[in-house]
Amino acid sequence: MATEAKAHELIVSVSPHVRGKETVERIMWTVNLSLLPAFIMSVYYFGPLAAYVTGLCILSAVLSEHIYQVSLKKKTTIGDGSAFLTGLLLGLNLPPSVPFYIPVVGSIVAIIITKLLFGGLGYNVFNPALIGRAFLLISFPKLMTIWSEPTAQFVALDAKTTATPLGILKEGGLDQLMQVFGDKGDLYMSLLMGSRAGSLGETSVIALLIGAALLFYRGYITWHVPFSFLATVGVMAWALGGESGFFTGDPIIHLLSGGLILGAFFMATDYVTCPSIRKGQIIFGIGCGAITMLIRLKGGFPEGVMFAILLMNCFAPLIDRSVKSKMFGAIKEQKK
Amino acid sequence: MSIQKKSNWELLKNGMFGENTIFRMAISLCPSIAVTNGMKNGMALGIAVMFVQTMVNGTVSLMRNFIHPKIRIPIFMLIIAGYVTIIDLLMATYARPIYKEIGLYIQIIVAFASIFARAEVFANKNKVFPSLVDGFGMGLGFLLAMLVISFFRELLGKGELFGYSLISGNPLLIMILPTGGFLAVGLLMGFFNWIDMRFYGGKGASGV
Repeated sequence: MATEAKAHELIVSVSPHVRGKETVERIMWTVNLSLLPAFIMSVYYFGPLAAYVTGLCILSAVLSEHIYQVSLKKKTTIGDGSAFLTGLLLGLNLPPSVPFYIPVVGSIVAIIITKLLFGGLGYNVFNPALIGRAFLLISFPKLMTIWSEPTAQFVALDAKTTATPLGILKEGGLDQLMQVFGDKGDLYMSLLMGSRAGSLGETSVIALLIGAALLFYRGYITWHVPFSFLATVGVMAWALGGESGFFTGDPIIHLLSGGLILGAFFMATDYVTCPSIRKGQIIFGIGCGAITMLIRLKGGFPEGVMFAILLMNCFAPLIDRSVKSKMFGAIKEQKK
Repeated sequence: MSIQKKSNWELLKNGMFGENTIFRMAISLCPSIAVTNGMKNGMALGIAVMFVQTMVNGTVSLMRNFIHPKIRIPIFMLIIAGYVTIIDLLMATYARPIYKEIGLYIQIIVAFASIFARAEVFANKNKVFPSLVDGFGMGLGFLLAMLVISFFRELLGKGELFGYSLISGNPLLIMILPTGGFLAVGLLMGFFNWIDMRFYGGKGASGV
């Protein structure tokens, strides 16, 4: 009798039978949390203006998603944190002293055109925050390249403008970079801590690495994309970046400057827009690194991380298709 | 050979809205991106296409009983090339400044899918007057599309209309670059599809 009673309790259902605790909301809000150190450092170096720009980005991103979905009578998805994350990433990718309409326009392009018109979270081909930034950089080339000089202690209100380390490297070469920063040790130190001109969130490498460590600890990102990205940049900088011939370049300057750390750990690893197969992720990372260095060394822009990730986003589905493993026992289809 | 039973007004409307070259049929998209960075250029090309489309339709319809079906395509080609040469030389003479900017696209009208398609689909099977009306309607639809696209691109990209400055400040430079062309055409096509599906019960440009 007992076994019969148990048989009644059996529930027949389709898989999955065991569910993890992870949800989209949990992952998104954790990524937001992992960007907190970088945000705090940006306020530390660039003053209240940094908080204003980032906040405006987040606000307009969340609002545009909400208004779009409510006006189309769809369920609003602002609670899942992805619009918040897009706004935050866009804000951390902007220069400190932009006029108020730049964050607003960028967020609207990022959320509505890049994400929602393609079908919402999970269907976007490109990284929304990066498309927003690319749109702004091409639309307002002058305003988007005014970099403020960092001043510590949360007070900077009216900062001097200066050039980014990569900009100096492109214009004046390594010697001029040394003149600005003193010796090599000082240069590495200020690049690591973030005491340099640049986009809000990209400057402080150490804060970004703390955030990335959280993501690694939780298993939200794997080493495949970021490390193949960084390794390619390092090798190419060492081999081709030198001023006195091959294999004389300084990989550390290239690794620590620009938006590389932010891009490699937080944007190239976006689940939606990078390949989902491990082997493909390595190819994706190598491609990102190669295009980044190509733009930095030979292109017209001083920094190429954004365009590199966007270009490789196009290839992500192709990469996935080409590295798909064969089914066991499958026979190659013969050409007729 | 099906003979069109639509009235002239319906033919005109069909060309302008129902089968609008750019927004509904999605053909001849190359000029809609290349020359719509200003309303002046867009209008000039639209008028040129309207002229060629109307005249080609009329001529093909006149000759439809004398063209052997097997060689109809080269014949259409010759007729189109003839009219394109006329408009090309006319614009080169009387509209020199605009011709300098869009001259290449005037010559490329020869290869426009929309003109060829209407000659094959409509003028080859219908009487002269309906063919003329159809060609005029299609040309008008093309002109309309060019004007709408270039309106948004010039206004947002330069803050100007027909070269007159309207908005001061920083315009969205991207809109007058080719990227903006794709963006504007895509968004406007989506908008017209939405109108069609929402208010007329249509099925969108793809017709699925």
